[in-house]
Amino acid sequence: MDNLAIPPAAMRRSSLSGQEGGPTCRPIAGGGRFSLRLPPASRQPAALALGLDLEANINRAAVSGGRAALRLGPDEWLLLLPEAEAPAAALAGALPGGLYALTEISHRQTAIVLEGGAAADRLNAGCPLDLDLAAFPVGMATRTLFFKAEIVLWRQSETCFHLEVWRSFAPYVWELLGVIGREYAS
Amino acid sequence: MLLIPCPYCGPRPEIEFAYGGEAHVVRAADPRQVDDAGWTEFLYFRNNPRGDHAERWRHAFGCGRFFNVKRNTYTDQIEASYRIGETRP
Repeated sequence: MDNLAIPPAAMRRSSLSGQEGGPTCRPIAGGGRFSLRLPPASRQPAALALGLDLEANINRAAVSGGRAALRLGPDEWLLLLPEAEAPAAALAGALPGGLYALTEISHRQTAIVLEGGAAADRLNAGCPLDLDLAAFPVGMATRTLFFKAEIVLWRQSETCFHLEVWRSFAPYVWELLGVIGREYAS
Repeated sequence: MLLIPCPYCGPRPEIEFAYGGEAHVVRAADPRQVDDAGWTEFLYFRNNPRGDHAERWRHAFGCGRFFNVKRNTYTDQIEASYRIGETRP
């Protein structure tokens, strides 16, 4: 049999492909992700090129029309963009000779959305942060831990959290969220 | 669990951090001028005080930054945290 005659079925599969989820906890497939490192002098031209606010405080997310820049540290941003968007050329044009590092990590991570009145309680089963609204307001985004897995946690509304999980940790996080979810099943 | 004040992210639980040993251990500006005793002192000997201690921490599961903390090793009370390069309070 001629194997080359069969066209390859190249398609992107999330590590949570096939998981349905429910109304309070579901995986999100697709999406583009970039890790951006910038010195302070490059911040303004980069923000103009990307159309995103990079001056937000550390641990805050700047959202603009379905695109988001999560500031994880003093010089580190996680860009969540539509899958087709490629910001490399725009950045290179805005920062000729400038110092920056842009790495595509779309396939390194996968996303999970946790919703509902008990979302914070469910997260706190494995996340050591204080998720009270006063300490972790809407719009806050930070790297932290969920049990033993590193995650990026972003509070999108009072009762809705977005989790970015490394793909190899995703089944582990998903399984634990399911176990915790049983306690809160109505 | 300690609540460690990261100078970039604010107070965070200890589990997010990695300990980095004693702070302010300075490598010689010209390493060729350092004799064996000097290298031994630099590489292997650290203070082990009962009381105030300046130490490095890294916010490994957070902003990823190294910073310094002044902690009392007897009471575990953290008096200050400050960025790398700033003088010890």
